[in-house]
Amino acid sequence: MTAKQPGAGVTRPGFGWAAPAAVFFLLFAIVPLLLVAVLSFTSWNGINEPKFNGLDNWTGLLHDPVMIESIGTTLLLTALGVAAQTPVSILLGVWAAGRQRNRAVLSAIYFVPLLLSATAVSVVWRAVLDPNFGVPSQLTWLFGDGNLLGTRSGAIGVLAFVGVWQFTPLHALIYQGGARAIPQVLYQAAAIDGAGRVRQFIHITLPQLRNTVITSTVLMVVGGLTTFDTVLILTQGGPGTDTTVSAYYMYQKAFKGFDFGAGSAIALVLVVVATLISLAVVRFTGYDRMRSTTEGL
Amino acid sequence: MLRQRPNYLAGLGSLVWLLLVGLPLYVLLIATLRTRSDYSTEGPLSLPREWTGQNYLNDLSNGFGQDFLNTLVVTVSVVAIVLLLVPPLAYAIVRARGRATGWVFRLFLLGLAIPAQAVIVPMFYVISKTGLYDHLIGVILPTAAFCLPVCTLVLTGAMRDIGPELYEAMAIDGATPARVFRQLVLPLSKGGLSSIVVFSALQAWNGFLFPLILTQSDATKVMTLGLYEFQTEHGVDVPGLLSAVVLSVLPIFVVYLFARRALVQGLMGVGGK
Repeated sequence: MTAKQPGAGVTRPGFGWAAPAAVFFLLFAIVPLLLVAVLSFTSWNGINEPKFNGLDNWTGLLHDPVMIESIGTTLLLTALGVAAQTPVSILLGVWAAGRQRNRAVLSAIYFVPLLLSATAVSVVWRAVLDPNFGVPSQLTWLFGDGNLLGTRSGAIGVLAFVGVWQFTPLHALIYQGGARAIPQVLYQAAAIDGAGRVRQFIHITLPQLRNTVITSTVLMVVGGLTTFDTVLILTQGGPGTDTTVSAYYMYQKAFKGFDFGAGSAIALVLVVVATLISLAVVRFTGYDRMRSTTEGL
Repeated sequence: MLRQRPNYLAGLGSLVWLLLVGLPLYVLLIATLRTRSDYSTEGPLSLPREWTGQNYLNDLSNGFGQDFLNTLVVTVSVVAIVLLLVPPLAYAIVRARGRATGWVFRLFLLGLAIPAQAVIVPMFYVISKTGLYDHLIGVILPTAAFCLPVCTLVLTGAMRDIGPELYEAMAIDGATPARVFRQLVLPLSKGGLSSIVVFSALQAWNGFLFPLILTQSDATKVMTLGLYEFQTEHGVDVPGLLSAVVLSVLPIFVVYLFARRALVQGLMGVGGK
């Protein structure tokens, strides 16, 4: 609008203002991303120079049972995470969007997990769930013999639960922002029409939160697919390879097995899968057709 | 305004969540204030028979002081880089008319979806090649780069709220872009600026993957790595381990108490609109 006024162009910044950040980001995020694709066609032990070996890493992975299993486990954990976190964080976020005093105090406590590093979260839960000295040994009526991390279903359950514990506050905050942006007149009109709280939630809150659901789901999917710290500290991929998720397998291959080419291939698979799922979420929900509302996102 | 009945169901649900968040935090705090033997005989839920601060003192003399200092250096540097790079970028995204700036913004939006794991192998390659391996600067640079997308998003959102009439007024005064930036844009986006400070500080303070891969010696160890090593080496000393957790969270918790609003608003802005 202002561009048409004489002299207004003078006050506009040129590309030079964006250039330093763009160059920095290219060097430390985009170039490595391209490099991972190149490295996936090489054999490299971390010491010598990488050597091209064609499709060797890729055919190797195709025939690697652990790789196949790890993709399944990763998808399972991601699905569990999205399914469990979405309803809880919508409810918490909408509740916290209210303006009463006690909510401010309670939500200050709720969001403490946000401040903890994934390392701290994993360390705390490992101590809390320790079969000998942790909470399960005290509450045997609830936990049985208490060795939650000793079975496949137990270990996956714990990882999913710890993910919910750690990330629900973040998503609840995002939903709180979305819920705050819903115009109050909608609720007032619905209340005059005699709609109760549940109907208001289903017919106003949920549809209005559509964009927020998409943002949050994409973040959950990318986060779920790249679960790493909690696996490293809580289960080391075990029992056996039961919780060896792809990101952890990549770490093992590259930095423990010194097979950086195979590690790069796994990393590339992760990026591609994460991008495809994110695009699918955006596509299926028709987000890409709502150009105007994506402004400022 | 219509009066709302109290929502008992939501209240109940929020109490359940309070319990879920509160119980582990209770175990965490209580465990740090008791002796090791007390913890293993009495279990994690009961109160200590004898309160002690010895665990904290042990941690501090076991090298956590150095880890703490390293983390502080990383955090301050990352925040400084973010503050240097993001405000001019966001200003250009909101105000510049060129096509190139539009592409840059799209690049950063794309960057939101790049997980650190995806680039860790090539990052290891690049950092080794440039001789930055096992130097804090080698951790600082990638950590800052991965803070940029979210910070740009948040600050761009804040700068968009500045009314066009204010820019026009300054244009009539004949102000240069630099003056508009200094006298209008920066003062009016204080909220967004504090959001990105808190956010990048949190990211840097809690970062784990980059330090794990890109450093190895005690001299460059950060707190999250210290926790991880403590866990693998002395995993049985739960009170000692958990007091290290508390020490690692304490500074960020103090920041949170003062800057809660900035953090909350920055994060809320990501999904709003």
